[in-house]
Amino acid sequence: MNSEIIGTILIFLVTLLLAYPLGKYIAKVFSGEKTFSNFMNPVERLLFRICGINPNESMNWKQFLKAMLTINMLWLVYAMLALVFQDKLPLNPDGNPGQTPDLAFNTAISFLVNCNLQHYSGESGLTYFTQLFVITFLQFVSAATGIAMLVAQFNGIKEKTTQNLGNFWNYFVKSITRILLPLSIIVAVILAFNGTPTSYDGKDNIVTLQGDSVQVSRGPAAGMIAIKQLGTNGGGWFGVNSAHPLENPNYITNAVETISILLIPIALVFALGFYLNRKKLANVIFAVMTFLFVIFCSVNIYYETGGNPAIDQLGIAQTAGSMEGKEVRLGAAATALWSVATTSTSNGSVNGMHDSLTPISGGVVILDMMINALYGGVGVGLLNYFIFIIIAVFISGLMVGRTPEFMGHKVEAREVKIAALVTLLSAFLIKGFTALAAYMVAHHPEMGWAVQPGAWLNNPSYHGFSEMLYEYTSANANNGSGFEGLGDNNVFWNVTTGIVLLLGRFLPIIAPIAIIGLLANKKFIPESPGTLRTDSYTFGAMTLAVIIIITALSYLPALALGPLAEYFSLY
Amino acid sequence: MKKNLLISVKMTGVMIILCAGLYPLLIAGIGKATPGGGKGKTVSVNGKVVGYENVGQKFSEDKYFWGRPSAVDYNAAGSAGSNKGPSNPDYLQIVKDRIDSFLVHNPGVTREEIPADLVTASGSGLDPHISPASAYVQVKRIASIRNLPEEKVRALAEQYVEKTILGPPVVNVLKLNIGLDNLK
Repeated sequence: MNSEIIGTILIFLVTLLLAYPLGKYIAKVFSGEKTFSNFMNPVERLLFRICGINPNESMNWKQFLKAMLTINMLWLVYAMLALVFQDKLPLNPDGNPGQTPDLAFNTAISFLVNCNLQHYSGESGLTYFTQLFVITFLQFVSAATGIAMLVAQFNGIKEKTTQNLGNFWNYFVKSITRILLPLSIIVAVILAFNGTPTSYDGKDNIVTLQGDSVQVSRGPAAGMIAIKQLGTNGGGWFGVNSAHPLENPNYITNAVETISILLIPIALVFALGFYLNRKKLANVIFAVMTFLFVIFCSVNIYYETGGNPAIDQLGIAQTAGSMEGKEVRLGAAATALWSVATTSTSNGSVNGMHDSLTPISGGVVILDMMINALYGGVGVGLLNYFIFIIIAVFISGLMVGRTPEFMGHKVEAREVKIAALVTLLSAFLIKGFTALAAYMVAHHPEMGWAVQPGAWLNNPSYHGFSEMLYEYTSANANNGSGFEGLGDNNVFWNVTTGIVLLLGRFLPIIAPIAIIGLLANKKFIPESPGTLRTDSYTFGAMTLAVIIIITALSYLPALALGPLAEYFSLY
Repeated sequence: MKKNLLISVKMTGVMIILCAGLYPLLIAGIGKATPGGGKGKTVSVNGKVVGYENVGQKFSEDKYFWGRPSAVDYNAAGSAGSNKGPSNPDYLQIVKDRIDSFLVHNPGVTREEIPADLVTASGSGLDPHISPASAYVQVKRIASIRNLPEEKVRALAEQYVEKTILGPPVVNVLKLNIGLDNLK
């Protein structure tokens, strides 16, 4: 085993070592226990006073959703306006233009929903103002929204029968002041000391050693990069994200950024155990997620370090693995690990170009986004996983011939219907829109959009299909990475992915909260020997089976047309 | 609804100040204490800035060590990978052409000696590094053009190999070429 592979294992182990105590800390923060961060109390009190919030006011699930949706709609309007008029706003040293309305629509939604799909390049498509006051801002608040929703879910499960899911504003503010902001400062400082720029200076003009004149893009990037990694946002400062040598200068920063992707999503799984005092449930969930995660990582590391067989046929030395779209300082193994980490968690940042991954790795990252619950996005990952639990509870209940129960509440037709609808909706959105796009490419290649359908695809054949499938899968999973060869900055892609983004974010947030709200309202049934225990490893295996069956049934045909077909044509 | 909206407006304002105003300013302040002062680490020759340590630049002349192929031709005002898929026939033809061209410029080098990173485009288009093998394979050409003994150029390349504990060893092309220019 070479040192690069040991490196990936170490990165993962360090993540787990950090995530466990962080999970404990997060549980304490939200249950109001004393933590070292209590020095933030006066700041928070001031915030609440300015905004006119009583943080102890309890909300039922409808009030909770209303508060969340209201502020989200406000951010959408604010972000769109700022993006369209960014050329007239300050902090634009490079003189970049305003975004077109369809691009601004897509960008605003994309960052609002914690997806960070980018149909522009950061160097030319944004100004420092919008990078900070729209993008960085939304990266903080969308992650905090996710965490607040998750805590509401915790509360619903925790109480035997309750209307009270806690206070949205309280959780939202504390997510930022106690978790996201402190961690971001630490990561940003590490990046800054390794060479990531932090100053507000614009592009630099230099004459290279060979005598060429070049401009070098810079900017106050370190802070934004920290939160984009930690908040499962993923939208980078520079166009190529963390493949850019200023965004991710060396192996150490790469390790820190990889850990940052996984840290909070994994910590939240442990936080569930501490908060509900059901550590075994958290351990079972963690085990199922990690089981699939490790398999996916192993597959991708195997194929990426193994290289591209078509390049082998050209007779050169491909000892470092498949290097197209990768950086020498990071290497194939670390890029493979990142590709799985970023798609498991709905982060979407990249440190190498996914479009150039070998077919099986490309397929794995698409599959990973289709599941979208292996740790998952900050907060929302567990909400997605919860849907799988409800379905697993239902199916197990049928198998043993008992009314299904979860945490002492009967799971009945209404809840299962909601859960089933959410799972089916994802498959419908992804495949429906991919089919539509494929139809446009095949039958209307001359359509007069900014990029004609005939020119959308950067690669022919199976891989071209994968580019479209990837884009909608990424949009639906609120991931934000892409097979970036796709010519996606035009009205078709901006609008269709915008729609998928909105549905893919808010329905999977609203549905679990509604289910929890409905469940928590029901009469509590104490556990008896006949109760199906959801915190057993048997039930974990059941959930795993449900995840695999649902995903395979929904997506295998689509994957067969893209990555699998390409695999069989190459190997 | 009205109450939520009012809270939302105020909350948005407060969070904008905190996350988009104060936080980046704090990081920029700390950044001033870093090497390069937060503006990126530059590399100078005789007091003149010739580039950024972390941003790759184009070397196409035979007398310099070449970096990796770049999808943006090392224009650091932007960045991009090729986004070519592994089975794309046009892409494989491009790699083939790069190999042939490398062989023409490097007489005495065989096909199997060419490391893949030297003929495949980097993810960023600005990769400042090549693998040590990619530096060594160019030694013969550079020694012959510069009329230097091969051992001396090889020793220089070895001297510029940067090892990290777990990451792959790398050679910073810009620094190596500056070292090369200073070689007597």
